[in-house]
Amino acid sequence: MARLTDENIRLAQEIIGRYPKPRSATIPLLHLAQEQDGYVTNDAMAHIGELVGASSAEVFGTASFYEMFKFEPVGKYLINICGTMSCALLGAEELMHHAEERLGIKMGSTTADGQFTLERAECQAACTEAPCLQVNYRYRYRVTPGQLDTLIDDLSAGKLVSEIPAHGVVASVRQHIPADRGVGAVAPETVTENPVWLDGKAAL
Amino acid sequence: MTGGTWPHAPGFYVGDRPQVVTSRFQYEDSYTLERYLATDGYKGLRSALARPANEIHDEVKNATVLGRGGAGFPAGNKWGLMPQGVWPRYLVVNGDESEPGTYKDRLLMERDPHQLIEGCLIASYAAGLSQCFLYIRGEMALAQERVAAALNEAYAAGYVGKNILGSKFSLDIVLHWGAGAYVVGEETALIESLEGNRGMPRLKPPYFPAANGLYGQPTIVNNVETLANLPWLLNNGAAAYTAIGTATSPGTRMVAVSGHVNRPGVFEIINGITTFRDLLYGDEFCQGIRNGNELKAFVPGGGSAPWFTPDQLDLPFEASQVGPAGSMLGSGAIMVMDSTTDIPRAALTLTRFYAHESCGKCTPCREGGTWLERILSRVVDGKGTDADLDQIFEVGESICPGAFPHASNEKLGIAAVPFPYRMNTICFVGPSAYAPVHSALTLFRSEFDARIVKRTMIKVTAVSE
Repeated sequence: MARLTDENIRLAQEIIGRYPKPRSATIPLLHLAQEQDGYVTNDAMAHIGELVGASSAEVFGTASFYEMFKFEPVGKYLINICGTMSCALLGAEELMHHAEERLGIKMGSTTADGQFTLERAECQAACTEAPCLQVNYRYRYRVTPGQLDTLIDDLSAGKLVSEIPAHGVVASVRQHIPADRGVGAVAPETVTENPVWLDGKAAL
Repeated sequence: MTGGTWPHAPGFYVGDRPQVVTSRFQYEDSYTLERYLATDGYKGLRSALARPANEIHDEVKNATVLGRGGAGFPAGNKWGLMPQGVWPRYLVVNGDESEPGTYKDRLLMERDPHQLIEGCLIASYAAGLSQCFLYIRGEMALAQERVAAALNEAYAAGYVGKNILGSKFSLDIVLHWGAGAYVVGEETALIESLEGNRGMPRLKPPYFPAANGLYGQPTIVNNVETLANLPWLLNNGAAAYTAIGTATSPGTRMVAVSGHVNRPGVFEIINGITTFRDLLYGDEFCQGIRNGNELKAFVPGGGSAPWFTPDQLDLPFEASQVGPAGSMLGSGAIMVMDSTTDIPRAALTLTRFYAHESCGKCTPCREGGTWLERILSRVVDGKGTDADLDQIFEVGESICPGAFPHASNEKLGIAAVPFPYRMNTICFVGPSAYAPVHSALTLFRSEFDARIVKRTMIKVTAVSE
């Protein structure tokens, strides 16, 4: 159970500063918390509430709507196998059964060593590459049961650590708006006039 | 060129067609600022800034750039729905692509993020939008990384931020990302999510966030592909844009064809002209049904769309023809089922999706979607009865009262019921749970009947002396 670290508080404040209203930063900050601890802790939600001006219950209310947020530890590698139409038409069910047998767990559960969590996922926008899966949101396309075995072997042997970070990290590149280039967010109630470039003349 | 050489854009095929939004996909470094600038990048923005904003708005209106998210509403008209004199106005980019079968916005964000950024800049300049939020689906790690890196480059080079290219035009583009919820693709749910709330659609009216959107302000919500069209449009003009496609469906559009075809893939096709037959059987497209099998059915416009059968193959990508035929073009996603397909099971994969993704706000969707999934599962498992099939229509009626759209079928002697439908829900998730099972039951009833348990009376004979 952990609140955000000093470094993450700094990042959180940078993110909050981009929005006209702090509460808009709730989901990005929940991701930050999940990145820090692997899942979203109660302490982190209370902390996020303090930062954006919401109660911890409100933060949990938002967080619990979204499937990516986990409220208890999951495996280091979250394997999401897509089961929606195009993948189902091309062998997703077989792939899921194979994954369950190989890892000795059912969809929705985690291996005893805490390495793998299996989930049935809905459409991942890779329908032409069916059946597909994601490991910590990194794609694998047209996956055969044999390739799934190799993937699990490689993950277990630590061969993919540079490509696939542990669960919690989604994007490994962050936006950063330089102070001298950013316009800055303004509370909507303080704006009463049209933007300066809308005067009927060209901006250049 | 095939997509095979690109690790992140497999199955993308160019062919001999105009490329409005995919022209840079051929380069391995297509997502970098360097490549973008070497291929006319930010030229459209420069030419836009040299003209008054209202002229740029007119250019987009004249080009009739149809929204590529699903509803197909012209972008220029959408911008015009904002009330006069209410400031600030916002732009929210819908990059929450998750409609089953749809695979195009992710490619556009991963392969050409600067094109999208330039589109956002042009739209904001033309419509007087003060800040832009680029909402990317949570599960799309690479798209988020590519857009973040592109924004960092563009800020540093002066294309985004304060006094863009030394002009009076200033705009922040903020990368925002979701956390897994299909319904957030609905524009008012997207705004709720962006405000830090549960992503549930807002009650209508107001029908358009253009009137009342983010923080209660006028807000334009545009799809990624729609905005990606703008740089080309500014570089080439509305006349060149409308010269591609037809008068009511100008330009190109990206489609993804998946399922039982020989070459599933993503294609940029000519709007209004290309037919489903071209797409499924054409050499430059999918090259026919796998293993030489017969085509059984296809979903023409994303998981929400009523199904078509071979009878509708000659329809073009034109809403005014696909609508009366009983379906919609939606998000440019075609899912193909060959003769080996177990139709009730295929319908279940879609109905389960929508039942699972229901946000729970409207009862007909929350309860009805789950009912449809349970009943259909029972039928698929061979435990359903005749009453179950009737019940499916009854539940559907409570989500969408009246006749539900479906395709015609010559062999079955049924006529088409045109799109759209009436609905008892705020958004399209509920009706979308019904669409696949309704189409499947209407067009392939015998496959359901074959699975029904026939209850026969057991004769009890009195035991007598």
